[in-house]
Amino acid sequence: MKNGVGVAQNVVLFGGTSEIGQAIIQKIVKPGVSHVVLISRDIDAADMQISEVAERYPDLEVHHVRFNAEDAASMVHVVAEVVQQVGDIDVAVIAQGLLQEGMDYYANPAALVPVADVNFTGTMVLMYALAAQMRLQGYGKMVLLSSVAGERVRKGNSAYGATKAGIDGFALALDHELVGSGVSVLVVRPGFVTTKMTKGMDKAPFSTDADAVASAVEKAIGSSKTVIWVPGLLQYMFLILKNLPTVVWRRLPL
Amino acid sequence: MVMQRLSGWGRTAWTVADLVHTTEVDVVRSTLGTAGERGVISRGLGRSYGAAAQNAGGIVLEMTSENDPMGIDADFDPMSGLLTVAASVSIDAILRMCVPQGWFIPVTPGTRFVTVGGAIASDIHGKNHHIDGSFGQHVRSLTLMLSSGEVVELSPEQNPVWFWATVGGMGLTGVVLRATIAMLKIESSRVEVETVRLENFDAVCAAMSADGADDDYRYSVAWVDLLATGASMGRGVLTRGDHAAANKVDNKDPLAYDPRLNVSAPGWVPNGLLNKWSIKAFNEAWYRKAPAKSHIGLESIPAFFHPLDGVNRWNRLYGKQGFIQYQFIVPLDRTDVLRKVIEKFSGAGVASFLAVLKRMGPQNAAPMSFPTEGWTLTLDMAAGISGLAELLSEVDSLVLDAGGRHYLAKDSHVSASAVRRGYPRIDEWMSIQVEMDPIGLWRSDLSRRLGLVDHRRSL
Repeated sequence: MKNGVGVAQNVVLFGGTSEIGQAIIQKIVKPGVSHVVLISRDIDAADMQISEVAERYPDLEVHHVRFNAEDAASMVHVVAEVVQQVGDIDVAVIAQGLLQEGMDYYANPAALVPVADVNFTGTMVLMYALAAQMRLQGYGKMVLLSSVAGERVRKGNSAYGATKAGIDGFALALDHELVGSGVSVLVVRPGFVTTKMTKGMDKAPFSTDADAVASAVEKAIGSSKTVIWVPGLLQYMFLILKNLPTVVWRRLPL
Repeated sequence: MVMQRLSGWGRTAWTVADLVHTTEVDVVRSTLGTAGERGVISRGLGRSYGAAAQNAGGIVLEMTSENDPMGIDADFDPMSGLLTVAASVSIDAILRMCVPQGWFIPVTPGTRFVTVGGAIASDIHGKNHHIDGSFGQHVRSLTLMLSSGEVVELSPEQNPVWFWATVGGMGLTGVVLRATIAMLKIESSRVEVETVRLENFDAVCAAMSADGADDDYRYSVAWVDLLATGASMGRGVLTRGDHAAANKVDNKDPLAYDPRLNVSAPGWVPNGLLNKWSIKAFNEAWYRKAPAKSHIGLESIPAFFHPLDGVNRWNRLYGKQGFIQYQFIVPLDRTDVLRKVIEKFSGAGVASFLAVLKRMGPQNAAPMSFPTEGWTLTLDMAAGISGLAELLSEVDSLVLDAGGRHYLAKDSHVSASAVRRGYPRIDEWMSIQVEMDPIGLWRSDLSRRLGLVDHRRSL
């Protein structure tokens, strides 16, 4: 659980090499955290990024668990393995994601399968597996990295946007289901974040960076908020964008 | 099954548990049988500030009898002053029963709304620690239900090892069912109190040292203004006294006792009502209210011992964010550390509504009992202050480096390693705990955070 000043003892990052995920870990690891578990495909890459935090907190134990985010059904075992290694999962940051920028789905429709498996199916399985564990614990917080891309799915980003729309709705419903259990979900909707995932892409308006997302999460994690937008202004922008008539929406240079 | 959100008195770190309210021995025993992996902890009136009496995902046995229509479950012998009482009974109920008969609870904390079970589990102390020691030293015997359901009788003579492991054992050795307490004889329900204000921290420490005649008073405590800076840094108001003799009291019935709650804190207090400015104003008024020259007067039991009980649910004054209470002790010769800690907090702009300094007497036989010879300083602060985790961790190091430690009944943040350093007898206690609870039934949020019991033992 968390202590009296809001610091969780055991923190787990799914998608251990995710830049945003790592930035969140940097912010929420404070005196009082005892275990950080990084779940990734590439343990060495994840370890390199966490080393700075580990140096700052000599009492902190860093663990690694390997996973294949495309193997949706395996998430149940991944959660079980984390529990076996550290006990309770107090905060789970869910950051795995597949973007496939520039992929030609006309030529390669089967490439949609891993996008759905990583961003949607696997994340759903993971979140229920976590919810089951956290309900037993009587405490837990899941932080889901969603995206404004799911708010109104646009052409050229249909697969990514649609999976984010799906998982975002799923997470909100799960949070509702968990009311009274001590477990809750924080859905994070960043705009365009400049990271290695978006390297080379044109920056969208109101772009942000991993650090800003992490700061917003740090602030919201102890509150009763269910959704945050980064930057916050996007909430109002999308209120408009979402309700634009299709004719207008389709003419926007997005 | 009633799933309930619970926190300590500080209203932080809420977790959900299956809450079972009972005072029946048979119900307690059958409840233990239904426990799963997450175990069981008992809870009294929820006055410990942190996570001592909550158990996320497990069972919390709420053993209180505040409104018991059957009255107080107690057996009192006004000749010997021996009180045998159910663990669910509060000090409030005991005082109502015993003060009019001329007996007082031998140790009371700053609130009378604590149960006897909680008082033993936390081995609570009061303003008389330097003379009378802590609560456990006045317990003649106790009845404990072990995790097996077996009920054992423990006393300092009969199985002292288990007795002292239970005193200060944070409820992790079993459920205290009953206890026999040696009460303190009093002639009146008034306390003769000397009040003096002291202009800086050195003056406070000097007045409270053994050379400063502190040992001449049964009760002694100082309120310290943590926001005063410069030459007035650490100024305070020292109050000390003893129960007044009957002839000092004008009242027809010198033992008349009528505690009442004055007002309630509303439920809608915004975060930040208690801030640096409001506390500074309060501190100034409080300091000025105290006489510059020493003054002797009579005070009632509630006014002297339980001033905060005058405001029902005062813990809500910090708003939704809650607050933490930081209490530590350092050896007598380390007033330099007290000073450094005060400077650290005031330097960071952390205001404390309550800052209380007390000189403690020698430690008792309980391995996990908090009080030991030294200075204890208690501060409360809003939990939402940014950077608090880092600040507290720095202060923790100062305290531990000086050979000090933290009070578990107040604690809501220290790490497992801090407790290992502060309580050198922890391994001895843990091995006794395993002997008393081989199946690892007793667990709490506090024990999980601090590694007080081995949570990998599966039930």
